[in-house]
Amino acid sequence: MAIAPGRPTEQEEPENPLAAGLERQPVAPTTLVIFGATGDLARRKLLPALYNLAHEGALPERFHLVGVSRKEKEDEDYRGECEQAIRRFSRRKPDEDVLCGLLDNVRYVPGTFDDPQVYKELGTTLEEFEKEAGEPLNRAFYLSTAPSFFPVIVDQLGESGLSHHEHAQVRLIVEKPFGTTLEEARELNRHVLHIFEEPQVYRIDHYLGKETVQNMMAFRFANGMFEPLWNRNYIDSVQITAAEDLGIGTRADYYDQAGALRDLIQNHMLQLLCHVAMEPPVSFTAEEVRNEKVKVLQAIPEPTPAEIPAMALRAQYTSGHAGGEDVPGYLQEEGVPEGSVTETYAALRLEVDNWRWAGVPFYLRTGKRLARKVTEIAVTLKPVPHLAFSQDGSLGVQPNQLVLTLQPNEGVSLRLGAKIPGTRMIIRPVNMEFLYGTAFLSQSPEAYERLITDAMRGDATLFTRNDEVEAQWRICDPIVKAWSAKPGPPVAQYEAGSQGPAEADDLLCEGDRWRAI
Amino acid sequence: MSRIDAVWSEQGTTPDAIEGALRRLLVEIHSEHHDFVPARVLNMIAFVDREWSGEIANRLRGVGRYHASRMVVLSYEPDRERLDARVMVAADEDHAPGEFSLLRETVVVELGDRHLDDLLTIADPLVVTDLPTLLWSPHGHHEIVTDLLPLAQAVLLDSVEEPDPLEALQRAACLSEQAYVVDLAWLRSTPWRERVAAMFDPPWLRRELGMLSGVTVRHHPASTVAATLFVGWLASRLGWQTGRLIAHEGELHGKAHGARQDVEVRLQMAPELQVPGLEGLTIDTAAGHSLSLDRGPGGLRARFADSGQEDREWTITGASRGETGVLGEGIRQALLRDPTYLPALDAARAMLA
Repeated sequence: MAIAPGRPTEQEEPENPLAAGLERQPVAPTTLVIFGATGDLARRKLLPALYNLAHEGALPERFHLVGVSRKEKEDEDYRGECEQAIRRFSRRKPDEDVLCGLLDNVRYVPGTFDDPQVYKELGTTLEEFEKEAGEPLNRAFYLSTAPSFFPVIVDQLGESGLSHHEHAQVRLIVEKPFGTTLEEARELNRHVLHIFEEPQVYRIDHYLGKETVQNMMAFRFANGMFEPLWNRNYIDSVQITAAEDLGIGTRADYYDQAGALRDLIQNHMLQLLCHVAMEPPVSFTAEEVRNEKVKVLQAIPEPTPAEIPAMALRAQYTSGHAGGEDVPGYLQEEGVPEGSVTETYAALRLEVDNWRWAGVPFYLRTGKRLARKVTEIAVTLKPVPHLAFSQDGSLGVQPNQLVLTLQPNEGVSLRLGAKIPGTRMIIRPVNMEFLYGTAFLSQSPEAYERLITDAMRGDATLFTRNDEVEAQWRICDPIVKAWSAKPGPPVAQYEAGSQGPAEADDLLCEGDRWRAI
Repeated sequence: MSRIDAVWSEQGTTPDAIEGALRRLLVEIHSEHHDFVPARVLNMIAFVDREWSGEIANRLRGVGRYHASRMVVLSYEPDRERLDARVMVAADEDHAPGEFSLLRETVVVELGDRHLDDLLTIADPLVVTDLPTLLWSPHGHHEIVTDLLPLAQAVLLDSVEEPDPLEALQRAACLSEQAYVVDLAWLRSTPWRERVAAMFDPPWLRRELGMLSGVTVRHHPASTVAATLFVGWLASRLGWQTGRLIAHEGELHGKAHGARQDVEVRLQMAPELQVPGLEGLTIDTAAGHSLSLDRGPGGLRARFADSGQEDREWTITGASRGETGVLGEGIRQALLRDPTYLPALDAARAMLA
């Protein structure tokens, strides 16, 4: 290939003076290879995200997409499928010229993921792109397949020599779930890191790509007024809720294997907890931020089998009413095995045993078919030590509560005590509310748009590091094991459309209560 | 389609009455619809000639979500004696149950010459306190901008609309001493600046930034300012001393002095371009490379020429923002600060001086 052998690496070069001050930073020329290119994630999320990046001029100067999947088809057929997916799922109506320009750079390689011939053909395709470009192109391999294929693909990428490139960066983007147990996560990490180096690996937790989650760091570390209160001396408890009003829909195959604990708590909700509890990082580089998050996870004690019944609860929804309609219970949903004990609701009480948080309970709960869709973090402060006035005839002075709502209406609400107008000193709680949507003009990009761009730019801040994944599993794995034992603990029940199981109250410390969903 | 559209109007009114009407409309809407909340991002004051106010309203309608949260249009008709006003509070979009929808407020004040001396006291009560205010006077009226400047943190300009490019740049520089200037002429070059920065980002090409030998910018005949600002940006980022450009055979050309060598600068008019801004550019390096970008369907058409090798061409995808997109971006930029604009402006002024 007649391209720049021995060209200097990025590390040896001075900074690009033209990039300073630009809102959109350059992204190196890249070929993105999606394994599982015809799957649901690719169609619904990845392809629309790529289109929107193309529309905004945010893709690299040279960008190629290669789809790899088992089904035999020609490039043109795959382009047609990409076009359909983009037209159906893109957040904006496609511009025909831009769509055409994007599709022109799409290729397809058919075959099974364990077939060395697939990787040979893929290698040839990648080299053709580089020859055409006259320069080395970075490579990003996106594993959007069933997790069982992750090791197979990683092995083949290693054996075919595609995992490294002398003159360009090679990156591996891995979708969740990263293992279904601690042992699986460790094994997968070993496997991946046998072929790739950790800085090459981008483990996706798409929650981290949401603007709302990133806003939490801005809220905590750009506002000095909260920091003095942000510790065990002033905070009584933290409650993190991710509630959905929908059932499992057509996802019974996946969901019955996963359950609420693996689906949301092990990854997304522990990440939210980390954002609440982490120390301010020295800088917002990937390593500094992830170091601080890992410290939080390491400070959460691994639950022992004896502790689990008192700190973890699982439940399933029964038939009920949601959105004004009768809805079936989990066991009556299409595709759910008879007698399944998979939890559609999980609640945990965790502690972060460090100087800042010792003794403060962190409550996490998530569930399907609850009263309403909401994701929020409620930080309850300790009550005032002394009241100088009577509470007769009032709702009483309640502790201040700071609620960070992630969805549906991203915002911050602070519960304060205020005097009811009148001749007596009667107090009731009022809310001071801020909605992010009222204060910004821009529309937030989809999480995958941000994450794909970051991975192509080599910024791993919003991706999960190997030790982070294992630290998350270290907390959840004992609970997974306890719940999958036969016979396991009972599965509580809650009516669809309700606040969740009554038994969840048993997890609470004295004086605490769940916020209404 | 608007879900909420509350209107108030009064002839022979006062700023106090207008402000009171705004508060009343918001309270009335909020008491009936808790999920409608007022946007609180940015005030924008537009001083417009009444005969062109419809055109300005159309342009502003096109900016969609970049609409200022409170828009105050001062519609000027020289002979008008009476102060009339119209207040509209509207939510543009339907919204999902459980989600809120934003209310945006528009105030149109009809005024004449007799009100100009007190313009500041008319506009001041109408802007939301503690929100940044963007000032725009699309039909000239420089003296009005000066009068209203104490209210504004940012001024929106379109330097390509000024007849004399140097005067346009001088004016931008002068205003920059008192407020943050958002120049649409500068924003029209943003995609070009991003692309040039990205094209020279690969390490092997980045080193050639120190050895550029020529820059040619092709621009709309009225967009000399946009082209000059682009070259000014390159000059300020790469540490060139810019020299005066000379008009010759329909183009401006001259030299900038880099650390290692001189850079030939050419600004060429592209009469075929239908919209303000740039049509294309070519950057040559002393190593024999030449990079070109030109407008094309679905993005910019890139060409890389390497002496002794075959030229390579490809498309860099990106949708055109159109003029309404540029205006919307101008409004959004009022909330940001671009540290590269002023150095580029200084370098550009030196080229046209």
